[in-house]
Amino acid sequence: MKVDRRSFLAFGVGGAAGTALSPLPWKLTDDLSIWSQRWPWVPIPKDGEIRYETSTCTLCPGGCGIAVRMIGERPVKIEGRKDHPVNQGGVCLRGAAGLQYLYGPSRVRTPLKRVGKRGQGQWARISWEAALSELAGKLKALRNDGHPEGLACITGKDRGTVAALLKRFMTAFGTPNYFGPATSTHALETAVRTMTGQEGPVGFDLEHSDLVLSFGSGLLDGWGSPVRVFKAVSHRIERHAEVIQVDSRMSNTAARADRWIAINPGTEGVLALGMAHVIIAKSLYNQQFINQFAAGFDAFKKIVMADFTPDAVAGITGAAPGVIAELAEKFSQAKRPVALCGRGRGMVPGALSESMAVVALNALVGGINQDGGLRLLPDPAYISWPEPVMDPVALKGNQAPRLDGAGDHPVFSPATPNRFFDQLRENAARTPAILMVAEANPLYTLRDTQAVEKTLKQIPYLVSFSSFMDETARQADLILPNHMFLERFEDVPSPAGFSRPFIGLSRPVVAASYNTRHIGDTLIDLARRLKGSIAAAFRWTNYETCLKETLGRKWDGMLKNGYWMNTAASPVSWNTLFKTRSGRFEFNGEDMAAPPWKSIHVAAAGDSSAFPLVFVPYDSIRLASGSVGNAPFMTKTVPDTVLIKEEIVVEINRETAGRYHLAEGKKATLATPRGQVTVRVHLSDRIMPGLVAMPTGLGHTAYDDFLAGKGVNVNQLIGPAKDPLSGYDAAWGIRAKITKA
Amino acid sequence: MSHSSDPVSPEGNESPAATSDTESKDGAVIILFFIIGLAASMVVGWVVFPTLLYSKKYQPVSFNHTLHVKEVENGCQSCHFLRKDGTFSGIPTLNSCKSCHESVQGETEEEARFVSQYVDRNREVPWLIYSRQPDCVFFSHAAHIVTAKMDCVTCHGHIGESDRSPVYEVNRITGYSRNIWGKSIAGIKHNSWDRMKMDDCSACHVRENVRQTSVQTEKGGCFVCHK
Repeated sequence: MKVDRRSFLAFGVGGAAGTALSPLPWKLTDDLSIWSQRWPWVPIPKDGEIRYETSTCTLCPGGCGIAVRMIGERPVKIEGRKDHPVNQGGVCLRGAAGLQYLYGPSRVRTPLKRVGKRGQGQWARISWEAALSELAGKLKALRNDGHPEGLACITGKDRGTVAALLKRFMTAFGTPNYFGPATSTHALETAVRTMTGQEGPVGFDLEHSDLVLSFGSGLLDGWGSPVRVFKAVSHRIERHAEVIQVDSRMSNTAARADRWIAINPGTEGVLALGMAHVIIAKSLYNQQFINQFAAGFDAFKKIVMADFTPDAVAGITGAAPGVIAELAEKFSQAKRPVALCGRGRGMVPGALSESMAVVALNALVGGINQDGGLRLLPDPAYISWPEPVMDPVALKGNQAPRLDGAGDHPVFSPATPNRFFDQLRENAARTPAILMVAEANPLYTLRDTQAVEKTLKQIPYLVSFSSFMDETARQADLILPNHMFLERFEDVPSPAGFSRPFIGLSRPVVAASYNTRHIGDTLIDLARRLKGSIAAAFRWTNYETCLKETLGRKWDGMLKNGYWMNTAASPVSWNTLFKTRSGRFEFNGEDMAAPPWKSIHVAAAGDSSAFPLVFVPYDSIRLASGSVGNAPFMTKTVPDTVLIKEEIVVEINRETAGRYHLAEGKKATLATPRGQVTVRVHLSDRIMPGLVAMPTGLGHTAYDDFLAGKGVNVNQLIGPAKDPLSGYDAAWGIRAKITKA
Repeated sequence: MSHSSDPVSPEGNESPAATSDTESKDGAVIILFFIIGLAASMVVGWVVFPTLLYSKKYQPVSFNHTLHVKEVENGCQSCHFLRKDGTFSGIPTLNSCKSCHESVQGETEEEARFVSQYVDRNREVPWLIYSRQPDCVFFSHAAHIVTAKMDCVTCHGHIGESDRSPVYEVNRITGYSRNIWGKSIAGIKHNSWDRMKMDDCSACHVRENVRQTSVQTEKGGCFVCHK
């Protein structure tokens, strides 16, 4: 038998025929197609019984009720609570992506002590015992030296028991240097306090208003309690209400408003006073309110009539005199009008007189504590702990002047964290020995990032309570990680801008994933270690008992419903509302040396010949610009007119771009007096000529690969501008120039 | 062409008889090789391939359905029930088992092992699921057993009458149970429960004339099961 080439061919043909007649190719094809659907990185959700745990989201000051879908002990989805009065079933992009914060790689998983150089990211994992005894030792040494005021604290929240515990700790320790946040909400509350004498949250009854006039407030860009505001704006059609947006660029809000009034950036307050001029000139104001319940109207009238004529206002704002008059008439003739303030999301307080001008406009039409208007809410005042007893060291320390200069201004503002860093730069001798940072990320959120970083590095010992490895935590000497919001109890009072007295309850839906601790428990433990009067001020066994005791009779209902709301309270009438010495609404504020309206127009810093353009940051619902950055899913939704791969895109008017020979998508160098960055440009007709707009919330240098290194942080390019009345940061932009790269 | 009668063949000088003999021999060899190739590949395709394709796994605990069905009142649904929200409970969790097996009840070794390894340690049993479909398939038990009033046997066969857990054969490529493709590698099906591939779902849906659009999205075709 001769085996040759043909035999092999025959064998091959036979093999092929046999294979075709066997199930092998068909089965293999089928299996391979199924295999290609089972890549190991494709997540397959866990199967099992579904239940819901309710809580309150604390990712922003919105205070939305959330229902967390659980399978077993694992949360798999965050939905809005349908029976919640604030968000009524809705949830924002960030809330929906909230679980990524729980499982994301940027969590700080255990107490960390710095071992390398500052900011190098070299850490030793240490036990809670070691971490707390180290910090307690440093704190004791400070008091032994007789300088407890050398301890300072920056916190991102100033409401609720956690903030109150921090503040109490500082007071009992002996330092006045507790700095809460300063946002447009704080500026508005300060304005309301000085005009009405009322302390407490301020709400807007958007659901019942028939004309919402927004002075740059990003109603669809994250302003107030975002989901509630979204709902109120989208339901306006059924209510036959109207939304008018005043904005220097066509923001999402402007695009979806009934009318967009484009004005020069930073002139919103001037426009409000221009409208006041028309309302007064035409006697369109609420006679009863002005005659019986207002004070200082004549002085206000005099200034407004002299300095804010439609022509003068048109010159500053760029809005035509006819438009100003038309707006004023429309606003005063509406049944339930309301004017809002706080640019974009309201992260920056702005000049106090801007907030005052908007409150004054509401007052002119009698829109205070009326349906659809501005609401002064009673302070829920449920935190009624006895004042901490201070020992002599603490008493002396508390006498020291505050390092943020709050109180140095005609109007007392509760906190001006931006001023803290400014003051240290001016006088390095006042640098505190220890800075604690809780739920704040000043190295990212405060203006002039480079300067803040330099100053922060002067502080010998930095302690962070952050749940995430953020920019500030990365510079810390010690990190005492807090539970993240799905792992902890917390009271969440007064959702931003909500029109009723309200306290939400955030509660753990999942056991702590890592070796973290509630900041309340950390403080109680620290106080105990410091002994004496400090320990005496913190007698609670743990945070949960403290919260339970504090809420008292409200606790059971809150555990059941997830919130407490005073539905019975009707707005206080004008007769008894005003707590000023005159008992009336003070148009020019109380205790002002002169009417505040001179400082209303804050100019952009910088030399206009070297920097011919104006740089304005803008907020977007897709980008979290607070202390905690975007969750990965959020960044996925950012369009390429904002971010192309890692590069930031700035918006510029087509005509302005032409002047600088910039083409769509091309690279350019953007410079301001504070810094210089490379950007790509997006040419647009939706922005006024002469402006360069950049989104906030990008340019993180810390966190994880999903967030770090994408885009530019606007705060690198802008410096703070001190409002002379309050010390608040009043900067809304800065001068800039752009050149082809 | 009949050159064979010509004594002088232009093609060669071998005798015609010798040529035909060699040719037929060569032909036989070729056919032999063809058959060897055919047979070998058939053996590979029908016997070796299925053996290699599936690996055998055993349930962590061998479960006696016959015994349990006798003890419960409501048949299969006593343990495999629809939850209040309409989702299917699937294999019971340890909690359900615990209500009887807090301590050892009978005399079998399997039960003793189950109690000591899982109940005492409060560990869920990692049961292997014979009927697990790919995650891209949306399957509602409620639609089949409540709306269509189908019984369990139609799809799951007589598992409820078994006294030990069958061997779980897992497809090394796809990771799914052999029960989906069926025991027969040729895909031959005698009973309704022998195979649970997509074609089997759609054949039944067409035959029973069920709604051909998705309840959720109103989209037709694929979207009934692939949402």
